[in-house]
Amino acid sequence: MHGFANPARFLRIARWLTPACLILGCVVAGAALAWGVFQVPPDRLMGDTVRILFLHVPAAWLGMAGWMTIAGASVAELVWRHPLAGIAARAAAIPGAVFTAICLVTGSIWGRPTWGTWWVWDGRLTSMLVLLFLYFGYIALADAAQRDGGGNGRVAAIFGIVGAVNVPIINRSVVWWNSLHQPPSITMGKSAIDPAYLWPLLFATIGFSLIFAGVVLARMRAILADIQAEARLRRKAMAEAGA
Amino acid sequence: MAGSGTMGLKPKHQRLVLLAIALVVLIGAALLAIWALRNQASYFYVPSEIVAERPAPDRAVRLGGMVEKGSLRTEADGVTIAFVVGDGKARVPVRFSGIVPSLFVEGSGVVAEGKLGADGTFLADNLLAKHDEKYVPREMQNMTDEQARQVVAQTR
Repeated sequence: MHGFANPARFLRIARWLTPACLILGCVVAGAALAWGVFQVPPDRLMGDTVRILFLHVPAAWLGMAGWMTIAGASVAELVWRHPLAGIAARAAAIPGAVFTAICLVTGSIWGRPTWGTWWVWDGRLTSMLVLLFLYFGYIALADAAQRDGGGNGRVAAIFGIVGAVNVPIINRSVVWWNSLHQPPSITMGKSAIDPAYLWPLLFATIGFSLIFAGVVLARMRAILADIQAEARLRRKAMAEAGA
Repeated sequence: MAGSGTMGLKPKHQRLVLLAIALVVLIGAALLAIWALRNQASYFYVPSEIVAERPAPDRAVRLGGMVEKGSLRTEADGVTIAFVVGDGKARVPVRFSGIVPSLFVEGSGVVAEGKLGADGTFLADNLLAKHDEKYVPREMQNMTDEQARQVVAQTR
C-alpha cells in the first residue's frame, strides 16, 4: 500500500486507469440502462415504473460506498499518515454526494406513482437524507481545511469516520423500524428480485461503480496537480522575495 | 503524555489503538441511541399494537399492515371503501373516501393515516401503498400459486 505513497507512481497508474474506468463504466452502465428501460418486462404491480430501479439502486449503493471510502481513507490518513489517503477521501466526497442526491430524487419520483407520496419521514428516507447533509458537512470542512494552508485535514477525517455510523443505520433502517420503504430484496445470497431484473441491475451497479472510481481518480489527479501548482508558486514567490 | 503502558508503542500503533477505542465508544453510543429510538422511529403501528394499546380517539396515527384478501368492498356512495388491515395477530377494519394509490390491492401492504374511531374502525384520511421486496414480471402473475412458488424458489 505504501508503494502508492509516492504520488508520481500513483499518477503514472492513474493516467491510464482514469479514462479506462470512465469509458468502460459509461459503456456498461449505458448498456445496462438501455437493457433495463427497453428490454425488461413490466413488473406485476408497478408496471413500467420498475425501470427506475436500475438508476435508483446503484445510486443508493454508491452514496453509501462513497461514505465508506471517505471513512476508510480517513482511517488510513489518521493512523498511517498515508499522503494520498486524505486526497482520496476528499475526492470521493462530491461524487458520493451526487449519487446520494440521485438516489433521493429517483426515489421520490418512484414513490409518487407507487406509494402515492413524494416523501415520507420514515427511517430509510430520513437516514438517507441525513447522509446527504453529512456529505455537505464533510465537503465544507475539507474545503475549509484546504483553504487554511492545506495542512490540517484532521477535523474532516474525524468527521468522516464518525459519520460512517449512519451507513449501517441506513442499511438496517427497514429491518429495525416499521417503514414505508420495503425491506431489503437482496440478503445474504438470497434475492427476491426476479433474474429478469437482477442481471441488468448487477451490470448497472458495476457500470456506475466504475464511473464513480473514474471520477474519484480524476479528482485525485486534479487535487494533486493543484497542490503541485501551489507549491511551485510558493517557491517562486520565496525566490523573488530572496532576490 | 504517553502512559507507561503506551511507552513501548510506536506512534503509528498508538494512533491505531486510540482510533480503535474511539470507534468502540462511537458504535456503543450509536447502538444506545438506536435502542432508545426503537419505538419512536417506526413509521406506523401494526394492528396488534393498535388493538393492544388503543390510541386516543382524536390522536392522528398511522396504521400499517396487509389488506386482507376478500375484505375490500365499495360502499353505496361509490367513493368510500372499507377493508380490513391485518398483521397475522390482529385485524383492524378501515374506512377511506378518496383516490387510492395504484399499488393498493388486496393481499398487499398499506399504510393508512387517520384516527381510530370509537367503534374500533380506523377512519383514514390518506392511504399509502407499501410495496414488498419482490420484483416479479407481469407474465408470472397468471401462473398458479404452485408454479409461482417454483419460480420464486429457483430465484432464491
